[in-house]
Amino acid sequence: MADYFTEAEARELCELILAQSGADATQVTLSSGSEGFTRSAGNQITTSGEAHIAKATVTSIVAGRAGSVRWNDLSLAALQRAVARSEELARSAPEDPERMPLLGPQQYVENQAFFTATADLGATERADALLSVTEPAMAAGLVATGSIQRVARSEAVANSSGVFAYHDSTLAALTTTIRTADGAGSGWAGATHNDWLYMPAPSELANRAIEKAGSSQGADPVPPGIYKVVLEPTAVGNLVQPLQPALDARSADEGRSFFSRPGGGNMVGEQVVDERLSLVSDPSDPDLLTCPFTEDGFPVVRTVWIENGLLRNLARSRYWAQQRGREAIALGGGIKLTGGDATTADLISSVDRGLLVTRLSHIRAVDQRSFVYTGLTRDGTFLIENGQVVRPVSNLRFVENPLAMLNKIETIGTAVRVVAAESGGIGAAVVVPPLVVRDFHFTSVSEAV
Amino acid sequence: MRQTRREFIKNTSLAAAAASVSGRGELLASPSPVVGQSDAALKELCLLALDAARTAGATYADVRIVNVRDQLVTTRESRVTAVSDNEAFGVGVRALMRGVWGFAATRRVTREDCQRVATEAVAQAEASSRAVLRPVQLAAVDAYPDGVWRSPIRKEPFRVPLDEKIDLLLSANAAALGVRGARLVSSSISILRQQTTFASTEGSIIEQTVYRTVPEMTVTAMAADSSSVQSRSSAEVAPMGLGYEHVEQANLSERARQWAEEAVEKLSARPVEPGRFDLVLEPSNLLLTVRETIGHPTELDRVLGYEANYGGSSFLTPPEELIGKLQYGPEFMNVLGDRTQEGALATIGWDDEGVPADSWSIVKDGVLVDYQTTREQVGRISDLTGITRSHGCSHAQSWEWVQLQRMPNISLMPGEDDYVSDDLIAATDRGILIRGSGTYSIDQQRYAFRFGGQVAYEIRDGRLGGMVRDVAYEGNVLEFWNSMDMLGGPRSYFIGGTIGDVKGQPAQRSAASHGCPPARFHDCSVINTAQ
Repeated sequence: MADYFTEAEARELCELILAQSGADATQVTLSSGSEGFTRSAGNQITTSGEAHIAKATVTSIVAGRAGSVRWNDLSLAALQRAVARSEELARSAPEDPERMPLLGPQQYVENQAFFTATADLGATERADALLSVTEPAMAAGLVATGSIQRVARSEAVANSSGVFAYHDSTLAALTTTIRTADGAGSGWAGATHNDWLYMPAPSELANRAIEKAGSSQGADPVPPGIYKVVLEPTAVGNLVQPLQPALDARSADEGRSFFSRPGGGNMVGEQVVDERLSLVSDPSDPDLLTCPFTEDGFPVVRTVWIENGLLRNLARSRYWAQQRGREAIALGGGIKLTGGDATTADLISSVDRGLLVTRLSHIRAVDQRSFVYTGLTRDGTFLIENGQVVRPVSNLRFVENPLAMLNKIETIGTAVRVVAAESGGIGAAVVVPPLVVRDFHFTSVSEAV
Repeated sequence: MRQTRREFIKNTSLAAAAASVSGRGELLASPSPVVGQSDAALKELCLLALDAARTAGATYADVRIVNVRDQLVTTRESRVTAVSDNEAFGVGVRALMRGVWGFAATRRVTREDCQRVATEAVAQAEASSRAVLRPVQLAAVDAYPDGVWRSPIRKEPFRVPLDEKIDLLLSANAAALGVRGARLVSSSISILRQQTTFASTEGSIIEQTVYRTVPEMTVTAMAADSSSVQSRSSAEVAPMGLGYEHVEQANLSERARQWAEEAVEKLSARPVEPGRFDLVLEPSNLLLTVRETIGHPTELDRVLGYEANYGGSSFLTPPEELIGKLQYGPEFMNVLGDRTQEGALATIGWDDEGVPADSWSIVKDGVLVDYQTTREQVGRISDLTGITRSHGCSHAQSWEWVQLQRMPNISLMPGEDDYVSDDLIAATDRGILIRGSGTYSIDQQRYAFRFGGQVAYEIRDGRLGGMVRDVAYEGNVLEFWNSMDMLGGPRSYFIGGTIGDVKGQPAQRSAASHGCPPARFHDCSVINTAQ
């Protein structure tokens, strides 16, 4: 069922493309795969599909000038046209003073991110999974909407200086939103992993969403203001996901980032979050299993961004590393935030009065530099009193700085992989714990359910 | 003569590489079987796919062979940061079996592959057609066996030399950086041409070529001690379904200085004092509000719950209690759904299921009267609206995505009094004027919102005062639109738009334009986003 270039095929195709080049230097990236999906709504499957894709990108460098062409017709004639076009673009472009020479051969960490059970999730298997969600929802008098997505793919990079890197992987995501027929209650559950067999059973996800849908009915508003919150792992993932692109040394050094130090420089070495928390990226971590190289073939390795609350590293492009006389550090490898081992139930029982948040939506930066974000709670928000969930509450708009939030932690749970992307689909690898956060800012009530 | 390694590979290993890589049949198929071939060849491939789908048991099928070319030039200060030229070609087949959709797509557009994906699409539907509660039923549509449509471009953007585009951007950057305090500037030109051959088992064969042109820039000013950073984007320059003439008319170089000056002015602008104000919203700001508060909630798939798992549902439910009854805004408020407006992003000849472009009222004289529909949706509300044809809102991003209901151009029509912004300002005692779209967020039923802007100014006693910063307005949709008390006229009507609207699982992008005049809203809640 998997339909993507093997390592031998990718290598041959890359070499063939490089061989067509008349440029001073040439780089090729190649990605291919099969992307399958099944959707449901109104307690039935609505659409199922499979797309077989591949694309190549060639970057030609002529006298320090670069041009790139991406295309997907990999016939010999089209390949020759693409290479010639990239050289034509390069000759028209001005020299880029920040362009770095191509990398030479590199060493990459190995990981096993391809799982047959995921690759074999065909239309029948995906239908079985989604029907395991819709059937109990319908039996409970509820209305299920859901999605399952699966990809089996490979990525390769090669260049005329000897780089060749190849990685194949699978990834699956199942999410469901189950609502009461009158629209008064809504619950969500979802999971994602490279290995379908590692994910919770669809029926387990269904039960979570059914329970949320039922218990969220009849919500009344609470006044906006400052609350202690229990953020379930998905809500934490929603908020922490913007952290990864913010871990950039150049924007910090140039004064454009939350990590800029007043008066110049960056905050590496400073305490930025609660001292119990650490944040790492690691393509080999069995919870993350991401591609171990970047688009230009630079190795992605285990990187500690935050250790016991101290900012240890910021990503540096090769150019910026050269400017600063430091080592380059790649972004990538997913993110994993750890620091505790409590369960969500433990977290709830520790709160005298607060709110339980299932997930967040429409998260947007209010100000990139101050790293302030806004968005809304969704699909299950509840009042906690004396360690117990006592009633559903209307959804609320929050305004928070996710990093500042990580300085207001009371209790940290066990980190799990979550569907952090709001789209609920195949996305970045994000592993985060549930958290108890004090002084979380809610600014207004939303009547949306 | 001794060969280099490059020559060796180029000259002698082609056959070997072709043989193994194209176990998938690719490199041996040279030249590519279809790219550049005649329209007749594409139509024949479409018909082959449809025959295969019928043979496999489809009760309906459509096929799209799509060739997308796009080019992106990006700059930062005096640098060209990227030059890329991209082309994607492929075929997607959608098939209906037992009331469920199946879809399959491939980048290999050969006779065999077109037939194979057609069969696969039917198999996808068949595997999913268990426990069907509400089989898909399609509204009738005429057959268009020779449909042809093309965006109304005057200057083919791909024929404009790259160095001309680079010169335009770098000179605009230089103009911005000529303003004291402007420290960073980025700019880009993005162009796209999408050629689609569509055919359906109901007899339509339609060829369409859509263009999209997006010039844009952002200027960032920074205080001398780096304590404050403010940006101004080219919000008044819209992405459009036009050719390179749109880039030229955008006048980036001439306007860059003003945007840079405004970015610098924002550094010392007074933070807004939160409170209630009359708002005068320029079209460059209001267009996003139109999209989010009228466009999204009137998408019928949201209303029916089909997008509940991602994009969300809609506060405009159930339709039977709202159509013809809900007072969306004042009597002079009229909103059109439209796919015919020249140069607009969602303008097309036929949608992605062969329905001819339409223009229809969504809000008429202030009252909700209709939604956005596709062939399978319109039957759900036709008894309420009396309209049985689809409004033609089916769209897929490209060949590898299945069709969804997507937003057409949604526009707030100008008022009868031919006011311009100055008239609205002159009539306002205490207010705030906002220009350009800024950060925003809205709940998943598209009801409670907050919208920022690029620049904002106080209005005092009918005159524009000083700039204020960190401004956003918030509220709920019905209170907001019902607070509209002045509306600009045809002279001040402006078409803006967005190209990155995301919906569906798997998520796919679409583009739509939103026309509107300036409008005034009475007694709105204004917040300071920095507090």
